[in-house]
Amino acid sequence: MMNTTSTFALETEAVVKTYQSDSGTIQAVDDVSMQVRRGEFVALVGPSGSGKTTMLSILAALLKPTSGKIILDGRELAMLGDKERVSLRREKIGFTFQANNLVPYLSAVENVELMLRLNNKLDKGGRLRARELLARLGLAERLNNLPGQMSGGQQQRVAIARALIHNPSLVLTDEPTANLDTERAYQVVETFAGLIHEQNRAGIMVTHDLRMCEFVDRVLQMQDGKLVGMYTGRKEVMGLVKGKGH
Amino acid sequence: MKQILSLSSFLAVKEIWRNRARFLLVSLVIALITLLVLFIAALGEGLGNGNREYISKLSAQLIAYQAKSDFVINSSRLGRDRLASIRRVEGVQDTGMLGTSNAALILDGNPAPLKVALLGVEPGHTGEPQIVTGRQLGTDLAKEVIIDRNTALRSKLALGDTLTMRVTQGTKDEFFKLRVMGITDGQQYSLQPSIFVPFFTWERIRPKSEAEVNSSNNVANVILIKLNDPNRVEEVSQRLTSQVKDIEVATLDTAINALPGYSAQQSTLNTQGGFTLFIGVLVIGGFFQIQILQKVAQIGVLKAIGTANPIVALASIIQIVIVTAVGVAIGGLLTFLFSLTFPPTIPIVFNGATSAIAVAALLLIGPLGGLVSIRYAVGIEPLKALGLSS
Repeated sequence: MMNTTSTFALETEAVVKTYQSDSGTIQAVDDVSMQVRRGEFVALVGPSGSGKTTMLSILAALLKPTSGKIILDGRELAMLGDKERVSLRREKIGFTFQANNLVPYLSAVENVELMLRLNNKLDKGGRLRARELLARLGLAERLNNLPGQMSGGQQQRVAIARALIHNPSLVLTDEPTANLDTERAYQVVETFAGLIHEQNRAGIMVTHDLRMCEFVDRVLQMQDGKLVGMYTGRKEVMGLVKGKGH
Repeated sequence: MKQILSLSSFLAVKEIWRNRARFLLVSLVIALITLLVLFIAALGEGLGNGNREYISKLSAQLIAYQAKSDFVINSSRLGRDRLASIRRVEGVQDTGMLGTSNAALILDGNPAPLKVALLGVEPGHTGEPQIVTGRQLGTDLAKEVIIDRNTALRSKLALGDTLTMRVTQGTKDEFFKLRVMGITDGQQYSLQPSIFVPFFTWERIRPKSEAEVNSSNNVANVILIKLNDPNRVEEVSQRLTSQVKDIEVATLDTAINALPGYSAQQSTLNTQGGFTLFIGVLVIGGFFQIQILQKVAQIGVLKAIGTANPIVALASIIQIVIVTAVGVAIGGLLTFLFSLTFPPTIPIVFNGATSAIAVAALLLIGPLGGLVSIRYAVGIEPLKALGLSS
C-alpha cells in the first residue's frame, strides 16, 4: 500500500499496458514504478517505441493501464470513472503536446484563459495572471495574436502558459521541442523548467533529444516498455547529456 | 449547466467570428435554400389560393352537386326544383345557386382580353361575396357585376365603370355591357380573377352551345348551402342526401380537394418543397461533417485538457443553429425583397402560417443535418486525435 499523503505529487507502481495485435500481445509499458516530487522536473527518454508516449498518456489519464497503480495528488486513477478522469485532467494536469497544441480560433491570451474558463475560475485576477504569465514568457506583444500568426516557439510558450495557469499538480509535456530549432528549443525547455521549479509543480517531459535534459532534475530512461535507467543529480544528468551516461 | 452553456457559446461564437467568411458562405447557401423553399411554399399557396379562394371564403358549409358528378362543379347540373327541396330540409338556413363559366373582358387600349371566371350568384343569398366598396348586387336580372380585387387590379376597372364582356354563344361572339357596382376582396376561382353577376343575368350571358342559345332553363352547377348550426354539418348532410333525390353533398374541404388539378398541384409543390428541405439537410450535414473532420486534432486537444463532451456537442449545436438562423434570416429578407418586384399576375402568396411552417422546417434542418457531425465530434478520442495512441 502506498502512502497517499507523501510529498510525491505522482506515484506509479508496477504499471503495465499491453495491446493485442495480429502478431500477439505487445507489452507497451512493462512494470514501471516511479515517483515525482512537487517542484521536480523529470525527463522520460528513450528511443522510438520504448513506451514513453504510452506512459505519458497513462499518466495524463487519457489511457487506462492494463494493471498497476497511478496515484496523483493522493487519488488513484484506476478508481475514477470517465467523467472524473475528465475533471482530473482539467483541474490537476497541465499539458503541452508536440503539435496542434492551441485552439486555432482563440488568441494567445484566450487560449491560456481557456483553462481558467474550463475550471470556472476566470475572474479579474485570472485574466491578469494569464497576461503576466504570457509577458514572462516574452509574449507581451502577442497577447491578441491567433496561433496562425505566431511562430512554432511562440506557440509552444503559449501552450506552456496554458499548462500552468490553473495551478495543476502535474505538468506533462510531449516532445515540446520537436518543431523548434536548437536555440528556441533550449529557451522553451529552460523557461518551462524554471516555472516548474518556481511554482512547485511536478513536471514530466517526454523527449528523444538528450540535450534538452540539461534543465531537468532527473532522467528516467525507458526501453522496450521498461524503465532501464535513472540519472539523478546534476553530475549524472549532465553526464548523460554529454554522452557519458551508463 | 450555466457553465456548459457559457463555455460552449464562447467556443462556438469565437470560432464563427474568427472564420466568419467560411461560415457566412454556408449561411448564404442556406439563404438560397430558404429563398427556394419560401418561394415554393408561396407558389403553392398562390396556386392553391387561385383555385380555391372563392370556395374557401364562402359563408356556406355544404355544397350540393348532381349525383355521380364526383364533386366536380363543372360536371354538375342542378335545377331550381332541387333548390326548393334543399331549402325545405331541416337545419338549412339559406341556399344559393352557383353557375360557373368563363368569359373574356375587353379592356380599353389592350388587345389581349382578360380571361375571367364568370360566376352567377343569387343576390342576397349565400354565394354572393361581400363587397369591400360599392354595393351588393340588385335584382336577379340586373346588368350589374361585382368584381374581385384581382379583376380590379388587372383591368383597372373602378366602381361605376361599364365593362364589356365577350362570350361565345353558339358560333358567334357576343358582347355584353355590365356596370361595376361593387368590388370585393380576392375571390379567384379556377386560377382566374372573378366577376359575379346575378344568376339570371349569368344564365343569359354565359357561353352557350348552339342548342342552348335560344333556351333558358336556369340550371345551376351547384347549390351552396348555409346551415343554421355550422357544427351539425354531418347530420344535415345525411338528411340532405336522404331527403333530396339525385344529389351528393360535400363539405368545403372536400369540394376544394375535388377541384380539377388542385390535389395534384398541391402534392407536386409539397414534394418539391420537401426535396428542397432534404437537400438542405444534406448540404448542412455535409458542411459540418467536413468541418469536424478537419478539426479532429483540435477537438482532441480540447478533450485532452479536460473539456467535457457536452461542451463539445453543445458548441457544435450552437454553431449549427447560428449558421442556420443567419441563413434563414438572409433568405427571408431576400424573399421579401424579391416578392416586392413581382406583378400581381404571378400567383405567389406569402401566407403567414405557411411561411412560418417553412421557416420552422428550415431552422430544424440545421440541427438535423448536423446530427451526424455532432455525434462524430462527441466520439473523437483525444488520444487518437493527438496521435498518442499506439
